[in-house]
Amino acid sequence: MKVLVAMSGGVDSSVAAALMQREGHHVVGVTMRLWGGESDTGCCSVSDVDDARRVAQQLDIDHLVFNFSDDFQEKVVDPYVHAHATGVTPNPCIECNRSLKFSRLTERADALGFDAVVTGHHARLVPNAKGEMRVHRGGDAAKDQSYVVHMLTGRELERTLFPVGHMTKAEVRALAAELGLRTASKPDSQDVCFIPTTGGRETFLGKRIPFHSGRVVDTEGHDVGQVEAVELVTIGQRRGIGLYKTEAKRFVVDVDTASRTVVVGTEGDLQRTGLALHSMVWAGGTPESGRFRVQCSAHGASMPCAVDVIDGGRVQVTLDEPHRRIAPGQSAVLFDESDAWVVAGGLVSAASAWPASVGATA
Amino acid sequence: MRPEAIAAMQPFLADVYANPSGSHRFAREARRAIDEARDAVAAVVGCKPGEVIFNGGGTEGDNTAIFGAVRRIQATGGAAAAVCSAAEHHAVLHCVEHLTPHGAGVVVGTNGEGSIDVAALADVLRRLSAEGTVPVVSVMAVNNEVGSITRLDEVARVVRSAAPAAILHTDAVQAACWLDLAPITACVDILSLSSHKFGGPKGCGIMFERVGVDIEPLIFGGGQERDRRSGTHNVAGIVATAAALVATAAERATETARIAELRGELIAGLVAIGGVRATIAAEHSVPGIAHICIEGIENEALLFLLDEAGLCASAASACASGALEPSHGLAAMGVPRELARGALRLSLGHTTTRSDVSSAIGIIGTAVNRLRTHTRA
Repeated sequence: MKVLVAMSGGVDSSVAAALMQREGHHVVGVTMRLWGGESDTGCCSVSDVDDARRVAQQLDIDHLVFNFSDDFQEKVVDPYVHAHATGVTPNPCIECNRSLKFSRLTERADALGFDAVVTGHHARLVPNAKGEMRVHRGGDAAKDQSYVVHMLTGRELERTLFPVGHMTKAEVRALAAELGLRTASKPDSQDVCFIPTTGGRETFLGKRIPFHSGRVVDTEGHDVGQVEAVELVTIGQRRGIGLYKTEAKRFVVDVDTASRTVVVGTEGDLQRTGLALHSMVWAGGTPESGRFRVQCSAHGASMPCAVDVIDGGRVQVTLDEPHRRIAPGQSAVLFDESDAWVVAGGLVSAASAWPASVGATA
Repeated sequence: MRPEAIAAMQPFLADVYANPSGSHRFAREARRAIDEARDAVAAVVGCKPGEVIFNGGGTEGDNTAIFGAVRRIQATGGAAAAVCSAAEHHAVLHCVEHLTPHGAGVVVGTNGEGSIDVAALADVLRRLSAEGTVPVVSVMAVNNEVGSITRLDEVARVVRSAAPAAILHTDAVQAACWLDLAPITACVDILSLSSHKFGGPKGCGIMFERVGVDIEPLIFGGGQERDRRSGTHNVAGIVATAAALVATAAERATETARIAELRGELIAGLVAIGGVRATIAAEHSVPGIAHICIEGIENEALLFLLDEAGLCASAASACASGALEPSHGLAAMGVPRELARGALRLSLGHTTTRSDVSSAIGIIGTAVNRLRTHTRA
């Protein structure tokens, strides 16, 4: 096969490229330049591209750089900023996978005659009884990334390979060291790549949207304080709302950017069993109601739940046990009951229940 | 590199390794080689030998001219603004942009072919002259991306009348191969050349600086090049630079005619693919550059297919990461961003043959058709 390996300059994609080469494939490495602005963290820095190129040179494979910064701005950064302005907390890494890695890059690879796109994600692609590929959890439970690649469906699943998905991170690093790859002991990337660690989210958003001060009220509607920027407040947050270390622990239980109001309450007020999801993507293409497990953050545990399909794009999830409310805009991924493979994924709505749904609880 | 340049530099890599600033016999031998190189370069550039400075390339020459001129004025405490065109090479543009936040840099727009808008330049110079001093105006002789030729005689007329005290600098890096340099030199005060653009070694350059032009050096030190560019002479590089320039000038007339014909065939073949247009009319550009814009494709993808098929081309300048950046030159010319994504720049030179041209047309046609059929609806 002729394969295009997305090389971020990290250890996982370095080893992915090496493994594909070892299997005898014609391997070309590519690093996507995504973020055009200033950054001191993630995948687009010159030193990361240098690392990717040096690994490619070491493996004696060609290395390309594709400039997708316009698409990244339009599909990831602008929506991220817009979401915060409207009180929604997006997951930009998932949107990047959806719109860049497994869309823009795979289309480009297609046009250039590649048979598959390879990444260093910790997830496995396993055929089911019907021979259709599904995203399964990676071999390393602590590093599993099936959550962030859950949007792969249909043809994309056939044309994607995760060569390190069955390995543990320790095995990946050991193999990188054995091959003498310069990225063997490079730390994992952690933060949102386009947000500088100095200044962070607040500075980044402050340059792009106006902040508005807001009222802080309790669940009865009594004023209890003020916040400087309602756009920076996230559900579940405890610090930064001026009530930290008051007698009772208080959490943000709701944010309404339109009325510039932040509602705080006890941990109990945060508990929900209902989760209304939209923009659903189904691995098999068809929505199905039933018993599943739902995971609501990259490294959070999945929770057993019942799922009722509202329509093609929407489902109502009812958790078996109440859980802290998930911020709207976050991705929720449904796994099968054994918690092994991705069934579907969608985005969390502001309300806990769809108006028409039955059995939903707030 | 040109064989003449490779041959010329050989003795100075091994046998004559002395520092020409020394006083012993080997130093004198190296010194003589530099002096002869300077005479040879002066003859081609159309200046006095004392006006030739050997340096580290075109970028250094551009930086020296702009910062050197601005610093000379700033040293006297006066207000000063360097002026250039929006389609200049980054070696000029980024100097002027660096000065802009401090009020000391102004960028002037271009016409549709990437040459400075002379009327706009006149307005800017008159306005700036009324406010203070214009230390330097930098206008490229030939655009590095699309190959368009600027009428420097017209630019000079405007500069001399609207800002008589200004130093007129030209980045002539792309001109050396194709244009007689003497008429260009006659129009300007400082001119920069890069050796590798005429078959010499990379990292070597030439700067013409007219007698009486007063700028600050960029590099201080041992006082080489009459105090204008310190640093031990790169003897082998200087000798090879001169040999390459002399060989280029000797062949220029015949090569220009030959390459112009090949470029005509290349452009005609590419236009026949459909949805392809030449960016600059042939009569306004040097023959060594064939620049086209191809509708409905992305040049980043095209370059991969061309490279795979053995055709080396370029599209735009690359940033530090190696990613292609949208062309500032095409933007200045008013080429829409969408069309600029399909920009392709092919170079022709002394090694290019007719069969190279026909195979290039075939390879590009195949690649363009493949990408067009695979493009998102």
